Amino acid sequence: MAHFEKAKSVNEWLDQRLAVNTLKRVLSTEYWIPKDINFLWAMGMVLAATFGLLLISGIFLLMYYKPDATLAFDSVNYTIMSEVGYGWLWRHIHGVAASVVFLIIYIHMLTGIYYGSYKKGRELIWLSGMGLFVAFSAEAFSGYMLPWGQMSYWAGMVITNLFSGGSLEAYGLVEWIRGDYVPGDAFLTRFFMLHVLLIPLVIIGLIVLHFGTLRIPHVNNQEGAEIDFEEAAELYKAGKKKESKVIPFNPVFLSKDVFVMGVYFIFFFYLVFYHFNFAMDPVNFDPADGLKTPAHIYPEWYFLWSYEILRPFPKDPGLIAFGIAQAAFFFLPFIDRSPNVAPAHKRGLFFVWFWILVVDMIVLTILGKLPPEGIFNTLGTIAAVVFLLLGPALFVITKFEKKL
Amino acid sequence: MGKDVQGRRDFMGMALGGFTALGGLGALYAMKRSWDPLPSVKAAGFTTIDLSAAQENVLNIEKWRGKPIFILKKSKDMKPDDRDVVIGEDRYHMSIGLCTHLGCIPAYLPEKKMFHCACHGGQFDTSGHQIFGPPPSPLEIPPFKIEGTKLVLGEAGPEYQKMLDAGITA
Ligand code: HEM
Ligand code: FES
Repeated sequence: MAHFEKAKSVNEWLDQRLAVNTLKRVLSTEYWIPKDINFLWAMGMVLAATFGLLLISGIFLLMYYKPDATLAFDSVNYTIMSEVGYGWLWRHIHGVAASVVFLIIYIHMLTGIYYGSYKKGRELIWLSGMGLFVAFSAEAFSGYMLPWGQMSYWAGMVITNLFSGGSLEAYGLVEWIRGDYVPGDAFLTRFFMLHVLLIPLVIIGLIVLHFGTLRIPHVNNQEGAEIDFEEAAELYKAGKKKESKVIPFNPVFLSKDVFVMGVYFIFFFYLVFYHFNFAMDPVNFDPADGLKTPAHIYPEWYFLWSYEILRPFPKDPGLIAFGIAQAAFFFLPFIDRSPNVAPAHKRGLFFVWFWILVVDMIVLTILGKLPPEGIFNTLGTIAAVVFLLLGPALFVITKFEKKL
Repeated sequence: MGKDVQGRRDFMGMALGGFTALGGLGALYAMKRSWDPLPSVKAAGFTTIDLSAAQENVLNIEKWRGKPIFILKKSKDMKPDDRDVVIGEDRYHMSIGLCTHLGCIPAYLPEKKMFHCACHGGQFDTSGHQIFGPPPSPLEIPPFKIEGTKLVLGEAGPEYQKMLDAGITA
């Protein structure tokens, strides 16, 4: 047994046993953040807070939700919505957060792309972030099955059918995933398990990894400047706060984060209380019916851009294009050949490339919601082809980019 | 560290690793089997349908293994096809009513005499052949057996076997 002195305070008592002071210093008061950043750098903490909201609202939904194909629909739409005190609040928080979290994820990703924050030394931050994107997509999809309405059923049907691999006709795999010939009770209960346990565990693990990968390279800054963090930290600790290029995470950066979160929460709860309908598809208020397809099947808005890449092509090329679109962003750090870590407006053609990407994704999103007819078909094909060409285009553009 | 100690450690490491790998494989197999469809799901796989009351150019939808089954009695002006189920003088189009693209249920348009899938705009004629859009293959024909004017779905009769052999359905 090691030697322990009698502690004079609770803090000292904890410090002797858990080294809380060291932890606090290493993880927050001496974790250095560059000064030259803007509100976009608060999006990560906004995402963490939104995940917290999903967790809390999800726990309360879980108290009355029944994972059973005959009971699920009523347990959500009747019990939770009209019997449970404030049940509607948890459901609306959960639904709005699941939608808004993707808006913030896209902003967070595009910020990273704009400032080149996926480059040398920061590849793992990008890769773990993409892991989070995939895990959140799976979490949202599995959650969408749970109310067992018409959209749950038919989205479940269409998405699991993707796993037949087109002409590979791997229907055995599709039936294995479903546990039935069509989505049924076995399907609902296993997706329930994924939604409330396995995927949330994966998400929490990935968040820890994501934070860990930030530690050594530190967050990027508006100019992509390389900073000697040790020197800058010494300056700050010596009281030369003006001269130093950095601030500590806690309390200086965190207080800015909290301000941005405050603004975000006003917007968020405005949606929850006055505009929750955008996150509640009316078609999903009809119970699941395997003998009737809704007139239009479309995913939630955040999947529309990749869905639209699947749609204009014949089945096999469509699946391949869709697969490429899903995986493309993973490879960004390796497709971009330029060594410049700088904001897009200083990188010539890359700036143009960036805005074509943004506009194309918005166009794909809008077209994904429109019926697949006439002119929309043509536009959809063009937008999808443009997206696929952006990959090789990035390689060429960055290969010839002037070194700054 | 002595040479024999090293050897003993290597041996124990390999033995432990080997047994762990075996146990891991067994666990993976058990997990795979737990995701398989239950026997009760697989057993409920037969349905009998009576065709005698069917009317021309009116689509009937039956249910088999949870999937919709299209039954369309063909009128004289519809082209006969090798995929038809023939009972006496009457020809029927019978197929699984799920679009071969991604599995939505196409709607039947009696005026245009074709199926239209709202999901991505696919179209099929009255024999189930794809005529427009992303569907890569004709509507699938489930295993069937003819018994008088009745069809048993889930059982492969000689007429179905002939279609299979001719490569008309998968
Ligand atoms: C670990 C925490 C979570 C728990 C315990 C949980 C639990 C639940 C439960 C019980 C439901 C069914 C009730 C309902 O439909 O409102 C549900 C629905 C849903 N969940 Fe979660 N969830 C969690 C996290 C998430 C996350 C991170 C996302 C997405 C990013 C998400 C997206 C959804 C969606 C889209 C629905 C359908 C909402 C609706 O149609 O009303 N959930 N969740
Ligand atoms: S599911 Fe019918 S066209 Fe895609």
